[in-house]
Amino acid sequence: MLRGGEDPYWGKKARSVVEGRSRKGTLYDAKAIEQVREGLEQWERTVYKEWTDNRPEGADEVQTASGIHVKPLYTPADVSDADYSSQGFPGVYPFLRGIYPDMYRGRLWTMRMFSGFGTPEDTNRRLKMLLGHGETGLSIAFDMPTLYGYDCDHERAHGEVGRCGVNVSSLRDMEVIFRGIPLGEVSTSMTINAPATVLTAMYAGVAKKQGVPMSRLRGTVQADMLKEYIAQKEWAYPPEAHLRLVRDLMVFATKEMPLWNYISISGYHIREAGSSAVQELAFTLADGFGYVELGLEAGLRVEQFAPRLSFFFNSTMDFFEEIAKFRAARRIWATVLREKYGVKDKRSLHMRFHTQTSGASLTWQQPLNNIVRTAIEALAAVLGGTQSLHTNSYDEAWALPTEQAVEVALRTQQVIAEESGVPKVIDPLGGSYYVEWLTAQLEEEAYKYFERIDAAGGLLKAVKTGYLQREIAENSYRLSKRVEEGKDMVVGVNKYVKPEKEPIDTLKIDFRAQRAQTKRLAAVKRERDEAKVRAALAKLEKAFENDDSNAMYPMLDAVMRYATLGEVMGVGRKVWGSYKEPMLL
Amino acid sequence: MPRKTAALQRKIRILVAKPGLDGHDRGALVLARAFRDAGMEVIYSGLLPSPEQVAQMAVDEDVDVVALSLLNGAHMTTFPKVKKLLEKKGGEKIVVVGGGIIPEEDKPKLRRLGITGLYGPGSSFEEIVEHVRSRVSKERRKD
Repeated sequence: MLRGGEDPYWGKKARSVVEGRSRKGTLYDAKAIEQVREGLEQWERTVYKEWTDNRPEGADEVQTASGIHVKPLYTPADVSDADYSSQGFPGVYPFLRGIYPDMYRGRLWTMRMFSGFGTPEDTNRRLKMLLGHGETGLSIAFDMPTLYGYDCDHERAHGEVGRCGVNVSSLRDMEVIFRGIPLGEVSTSMTINAPATVLTAMYAGVAKKQGVPMSRLRGTVQADMLKEYIAQKEWAYPPEAHLRLVRDLMVFATKEMPLWNYISISGYHIREAGSSAVQELAFTLADGFGYVELGLEAGLRVEQFAPRLSFFFNSTMDFFEEIAKFRAARRIWATVLREKYGVKDKRSLHMRFHTQTSGASLTWQQPLNNIVRTAIEALAAVLGGTQSLHTNSYDEAWALPTEQAVEVALRTQQVIAEESGVPKVIDPLGGSYYVEWLTAQLEEEAYKYFERIDAAGGLLKAVKTGYLQREIAENSYRLSKRVEEGKDMVVGVNKYVKPEKEPIDTLKIDFRAQRAQTKRLAAVKRERDEAKVRAALAKLEKAFENDDSNAMYPMLDAVMRYATLGEVMGVGRKVWGSYKEPMLL
Repeated sequence: MPRKTAALQRKIRILVAKPGLDGHDRGALVLARAFRDAGMEVIYSGLLPSPEQVAQMAVDEDVDVVALSLLNGAHMTTFPKVKKLLEKKGGEKIVVVGGGIIPEEDKPKLRRLGITGLYGPGSSFEEIVEHVRSRVSKERRKD
């Protein structure tokens, strides 16, 4: 799936999934299904037809957000291929119904609100506020210069420092972000990709200074470079170089930071970039198989690293399709890991995932409506069995969220958890004719995509030719046109439109962060031992040049000596150069 | 056809650009397709060009319009920079429109600089295309 293509597994598997859906299952009695079919046909001809007779032509042309045609009613006849073994029990292969035996009865999902803005001091205060409100895991957003690996004083960083996340230019900034937060006690998710190795090294560096051993650190970096080329587009080097760094991180963390989740395989950005639920599911899982192959290439056993791979999905509108997507994802992951990669260990087969509600579904018109959208999306994630959840704030189509908006978003999760009754029963929609059918339908379409990606030469080639990016761009254009043509409705945008603007208070960010960060960076450079920094960077360059070495060790050494983010990333730019994506028009 | 009329009716050439450190290209790619379907000649900047590169590309490609898209909050520095560089490079007649996540209070200042449109997510193609057409035709009438 990663390099090369024409692996016979994918074609065979896609065909067997399609064929499997028309065979007779064991869950329903064949005679009973026949009766259902006859009854349904009669109902459609008489009761349904009479009731709907004067509806305009095409009123039944209804589709999901992914464009899957849906009927008005689902019955056992739509899932007559079912064997209960393919649904199974929670905590047991194929994990369709959930990855833990007791799901939310034992422990609720982790409420993890993504935050970060301005200076490290601002973010330190926001993190402490969230911990004080009962949040259970930290999650940090970085600004654009950090995401691309430039220091705050770089000319490309001008005007961007601290704008959509916190700025980190050196270890000193990380020390401030986590001041007073014991790293041995919390779990921290850092949304960072191209510089993920550097930020992991810095986190380990802060822990060392706090006296916490690396082996105790819990947290996640995103480090999913494949989806960067597919969707988010924040890279520093060509794909091969970034994949090599991801490999180094896998090997390093497996040995030194066994509780660190070093790749969060992300569908979120693929969806936000305009893909369908089917594409989000297929491309994300394909990326997951790509990382499995990367780990195997590095000489690791799947059981050594698969438990540290986690997933990150979007939850957006079209409630049932989202729920079906989460369920399908679990079943595909377990099935392929077992069938194709020969995995037996349970912890390697079950898919853990984080979910974030969709930023792209929020509207700047009538922003308070976004609270409702987020609640529906959050509910879908919970019904889909997520392990952690971030809910967006209603003002995020305007700017970074205010504290009040963040609190409402967190309270939305707490209301679902404490009041709705939804967490009481495991996978409560399991067995719904519609949800089971839709789950199988999404699965089938995902397997067909795996076959196409493989036929396109594997993932690496598919991103370098722009195949996957164009698939997404076409879908996003299709969606926009549907809204424009009034085929899809968005409240406040093309229906129930109000002419006046509703001013809301938004968070203001000024140049204060840029000034403060630049000043601190200058001080760091003044105070550090320059000769040692140069020596550490020279060692790092050697490691980058030698494909067989692991660059994490010299990188950790360099950041501990206060080599800056931009300097460390700059070494890679020197060795590997930059990357220009193919034309996507 | 008189020369003036021909000039007024010439196909609109538009550069869709994402200057600065921002990979959120969904809006830019969708709009590029919408402009194309509306009969314009579309050039896409690709990702991460500097304001300097955007302005140079606009002048080199002899476009009528530069459509800037930014969702990272840096529009108040980046948009004016592109506009200024265009003027410096002899592209003062090139129409500049913008869009993305742009707070209401920033809009008057950008408009004063001649950067208009300033559409947010969920705006209609029809409205955006119409805006571009009307600004171009105004600009062409000046000649």
